[in-house]
Amino acid sequence: MFRVTDKAIQLQELLDFVTDPEAGAIATFIGTTRDNNEGRKVIALEYEAYPEMAEKELARLGDDAKKKWSICRMAIVHRLGPVQITEPSVIIAVSSAHREAAFAACRFAIEEIKRTVPIWKKEVYEGGEIWIGTQSGQSMTQDK
Amino acid sequence: MKVKVKFFAMLRERAGTAEIVREIQDGTTIAQLWAGLQREFPKLAVSGIRLLYAVNQSYVTPDHVLHESDEVVFVPPVSGG
Repeated sequence: MFRVTDKAIQLQELLDFVTDPEAGAIATFIGTTRDNNEGRKVIALEYEAYPEMAEKELARLGDDAKKKWSICRMAIVHRLGPVQITEPSVIIAVSSAHREAAFAACRFAIEEIKRTVPIWKKEVYEGGEIWIGTQSGQSMTQDK
Repeated sequence: MKVKVKFFAMLRERAGTAEIVREIQDGTTIAQLWAGLQREFPKLAVSGIRLLYAVNQSYVTPDHVLHESDEVVFVPPVSGG
């Protein structure tokens, strides 16, 4: 399950998806929206994606994770549109026979999302708004 | 031939549109299309930002040659998660 959605992410749905009789572990990562960033008081957050490619890249990183670790099942759902402070913006769930693979794949997935998946976060704060990642001087790695 | 260009996030706001279609010559690379669009939409020229290029939902290199009906996206630094 690799998808983006305008609706609130349901953790249970991901847990149900990765549940597997051969799994001895399920690891989850939940990215939540916080009310501050680099000293700015954040009022609201909004996510935008290139949805077709975002889902394709999520599936691609899932395939990469399966090559690296022995994983049973994996699910990633990323929220789009306005997300209230404290709500999840992304949830990752991975099941595996042994815990090391689930933890590692979960970590890998969130790092890859931040590196290559075409999703952008706009932060609205007191006195302005900014697309995160586009501040002058910042760039992403271009090895892909 | 024609290609479709979609703009997202900061570039969508700067272009003032989410999608355009442009006529290009055979052999045009994605980097050349980007250079032309920056002349057409001066606000797209953002200094200090490194863009990635995507064609038909996959990343490509700047020298990628475009084809009829390609869907082209210029990807500003991503910030999901």
